[in-house]
Amino acid sequence: MSDLVEDLVAGKHSALARVITKIENRSAGYRDLVSDLHAHTGHADVIGVTGSPGAGKSTLVDKVAAAYREEGLTVGVIAIDPSSPFSGGAVLGDRIRMASNAGDMDVFFRSMSARGSLGGLSTATTDAVTALDAFGKDKIVVETVGAGQNEVDIVRTADTVAVLVPPGSGDDVQMLKAGILEIGDVFVVNKADLDGADRTVQQLREMLGNRDGRPDTGHHGAAATARADGDTDGPGEGEQWDPPIVETVANRGEGVTEFIETLAEHGDYLDRTGKRERQARERYAAEIRTLLREDANDLLAAELERRGGIESYVDAVMAKETDPYGVVDEVLAPLRACLEEREDAP
Amino acid sequence: MSVEQEQTERTIRCLVAKVGLDGHDRGAHVIARALRDAGFEVIYSGLHRSPDEVVQAAVQEDVDVVGISILSGAHNTLVPKILDGLREYDAFDDRLVLVGGIVPDDDEAELREQGVDEIFGPGASMEEMIAYIREHAPER
Repeated sequence: MSDLVEDLVAGKHSALARVITKIENRSAGYRDLVSDLHAHTGHADVIGVTGSPGAGKSTLVDKVAAAYREEGLTVGVIAIDPSSPFSGGAVLGDRIRMASNAGDMDVFFRSMSARGSLGGLSTATTDAVTALDAFGKDKIVVETVGAGQNEVDIVRTADTVAVLVPPGSGDDVQMLKAGILEIGDVFVVNKADLDGADRTVQQLREMLGNRDGRPDTGHHGAAATARADGDTDGPGEGEQWDPPIVETVANRGEGVTEFIETLAEHGDYLDRTGKRERQARERYAAEIRTLLREDANDLLAAELERRGGIESYVDAVMAKETDPYGVVDEVLAPLRACLEEREDAP
Repeated sequence: MSVEQEQTERTIRCLVAKVGLDGHDRGAHVIARALRDAGFEVIYSGLHRSPDEVVQAAVQEDVDVVGISILSGAHNTLVPKILDGLREYDAFDDRLVLVGGIVPDDDEAELREQGVDEIFGPGASMEEMIAYIREHAPER
């Protein structure tokens, strides 16, 4: 075990911060670090918070973190912001809104930039959650702007996903378009003191009602049935989670207690139905697949390079000497042979 | 893909911090933006931070550069506290500490002695600051 991992597990803040940096940068050796950390994980509750810009995510997260601290729990927060597509730079501004926890080291707040590669970001976020978990955080919050599929992936690292919907998000409730309605375990109408909040709650309730309705009520039904299946035996079998809607005014701290209670209820539901374990299994499966794909990609890229680079193959294809399928067969042939050989002698 | 990603230059992270009672943050905003445009990741602290809060942000965000902007004249009180805090968390050695604002020459010598790497007064150009950071950002 490296010194860095030792220091992290021993509770040294700078070591935790450095490990996350290595993860973000994919510095040499970061994989070994994450591997070493894995054995120390499995204690934290992971909560995902997403929603459109300006929905009040950071303010709510700040208040939630303060409430957990009052219970004597430690908190880790990862806030993801977009990076500039031009310079790659970013201003990571969510920290400003963490005023309730300023100066409190037991709230570990870390800003992460998307760095232009969302696919890689979800891996990095998962690994950063691993680091916070190994450090011993009781609650980990992953906060991201929800605008599309990639953000949805990131939020899937969480046990419980809260989706924030600001009042007056449009007649269609724009969240529908982003497909984000399907991933929420809890919906929060923040800024509930604003005009139109009631109407937003109403619209949301209708849409959620459709989702949990009979399978023939439209395409949302598929999501509802998908949630119900895959049950194992045990108490709570077949029990469904009906996503509640919580109203909050985060900047005044209103509704925060209710929100936290709802998160706890969802946690209980996950435990009661065995869903927590199933989700964890799914996450690990997805992670293994992603890593396999990345590594296989790297191996093949190196092999391609060794054989003179892709350009020479392209030349050959252009000259009609071979075709793309032929090239792939040729490059993969040794790998295939090698794997077949292993099959014969396990 | 990830082979290429590992080879790319690492991203420099900077904290732009406003500390104490000084309420002038226009300069800090300009700097934050310029650093962003230079391709850095910038964490802006917001106004009226205490030295503890600046240390907390610098440690947790694992920034390469701690930039402290002070116009109020309180640098002699506040900056040493930040330096001490960074040392306490083993986060001093591998970080650049920059001060921006109006610092008299005598104070400047004193601050440098205490561990501030560079001081940018009025008239310092953004290019100068960015070049300095690129050149001196610690190896990690």
